[in-house]
Amino acid sequence: MSIGFVEGLMQAILLMADPAVMEITLRSIQVSGVATLIATLCGLPLGVVIGLTQFKGKRLVKAFFNALLGVPTVALGLILYLFFSRSGPLGFLRLLYNPLGIIIGQALLVVPIAISLTLNSIEALDPQIKDLAKTLGASRLQVSLTLCREAKGGILLAVIASFNKAIAELGVALMIGGNIKGLTRVLTTAIALETAKGEIAISIALTIILLSIVFALNLAVNLLQKG
Amino acid sequence: MEHLLELKGVTKRYGDTLALKGVSLSIDKGECIALIGPNGAGKTTLLRVIAGLEQASSGEVLYRGVKAKPSLLRRVATMVFQKPEVFNATVYKNVAYGLKVRGYSKAETDRRVKEALSMVKMEGYEDKQAKKLSGGQQQRLALARALALDVELLLLDEPLSNLDSESSTTIGKLLNWISKERRLTMVVAMHDAVEAMALTDKVALLMGGELISVGHTYTVLKQLQAPLKAFTRLENVFIGEATPNEDGSTSIRLSERLTIEAVGKRTGRVTVFIRPEDVMVSKRPVELSARNAFKGRVLEISDLNGAVRLKVDTGKALFTVQITKKSLIELGINVGSEVFLAFKASSVYFL
Repeated sequence: MSIGFVEGLMQAILLMADPAVMEITLRSIQVSGVATLIATLCGLPLGVVIGLTQFKGKRLVKAFFNALLGVPTVALGLILYLFFSRSGPLGFLRLLYNPLGIIIGQALLVVPIAISLTLNSIEALDPQIKDLAKTLGASRLQVSLTLCREAKGGILLAVIASFNKAIAELGVALMIGGNIKGLTRVLTTAIALETAKGEIAISIALTIILLSIVFALNLAVNLLQKG
Repeated sequence: MEHLLELKGVTKRYGDTLALKGVSLSIDKGECIALIGPNGAGKTTLLRVIAGLEQASSGEVLYRGVKAKPSLLRRVATMVFQKPEVFNATVYKNVAYGLKVRGYSKAETDRRVKEALSMVKMEGYEDKQAKKLSGGQQQRLALARALALDVELLLLDEPLSNLDSESSTTIGKLLNWISKERRLTMVVAMHDAVEAMALTDKVALLMGGELISVGHTYTVLKQLQAPLKAFTRLENVFIGEATPNEDGSTSIRLSERLTIEAVGKRTGRVTVFIRPEDVMVSKRPVELSARNAFKGRVLEISDLNGAVRLKVDTGKALFTVQITKKSLIELGINVGSEVFLAFKASSVYFL
């Protein structure tokens, strides 16, 4: 703990090339990337459908998904732990202390983000856009596709926000993954462990990497949208 | 004769509100109908029902004599909204949209987009972002997008409102051309009876969701008792006290010092209207057969689709006069010029 910030930073920069650090980074991107893919594959269409249709209880459904945005990651981690543990109802799937378990947990964690942000961006469109597509002769499916295209900025944001939350969360990765070296250790669990061990330099290195991934991705998307 | 479109007792209800009350109207091929009425009269709702964007609560819409579902109406008609709406894409993609969803080939789409853009004088705008255009340009784009389609019926909701004068002139001329040269069937909602008159002779008057009358503009306006000024922005509408004369004409006292003469016997409070193009203008007093002659001063000169409108203050009333640009130049009229106005008693219409 005696290590200074500047010293830590210097060591951290050197550590970024360390094979073990790179392995953790890659796993983090893979696990959270797949989790985001699953969440968006389910969440985007669902968000679009809820956004486009009018039905009884729609407000309740929206409130439900908005409430899910606030679920603490440790709470979800604990619930999944109970389900995935040997004696739990899904114990036979052997998902505990397995990267697949983290993927499923993170996907469940971020699916409400994908749904809510997609839904809101569709609903924020001028209702006349729908009429415009219809009066120009678009079929129902064509109208829906047009609305998605008009809301593409918001939908892209839904994907990015989902990935950001997945890669930055600790609760699910720690409780389901167990932070097993070479198997389920990801950036956030490694940062927590190394800090607890007093290995501040490694923690800083991992944190810089984590922040760089998040910022670089957001920057890239911003540039892409402008172009 | 079979009508292109026929509405039979069309009613539209939104919750407790009746937006349309048993509207029956027939539209023939090549016809241009101006739908006039005050705000909230149900003009937009009626257009939306014809466009197939709303289902009528009761009554039916017939297309070529056969009951038509909204999906069929959306194929044969297209609507241009009052507030121009554009897709977040280039001008080309906006105009091509309807053609694309209708399955036109790339070559045919290119040709039609080009033709439609040239009609609204927007050649060379293809690659511009539609959202970055001005309001007037967006309205022209919306019209081009509708014209590119090969629909049988064009529905326009207040196409001339909220426009800069350049776009208004372009669109006004274009609508006339589409109606008279291309013979495209149109229903155009307007709240300005003067604009309606410039476009067509046939109007349908809607009030409180009810179709009050359909027919020739003057016939329809004549039947109307309510003060028109509120919604038509009609110029040269005056309210006065009518006293019949012995010779079969009527004197109408509009104010303390202003009395005009009209043909026909009337008594009591009347609303009259004089078409701006029926008023003659001269620089010197002339002896004419016209019964009504006044001296005034030009307050304002404005351009209107190639013609010129003058606002003339006679000291007792404000008259709007329409003359050609040529006359304006020949007479050498400027703002502030003293002019003499004259119109026949038969040019005074009772509303």
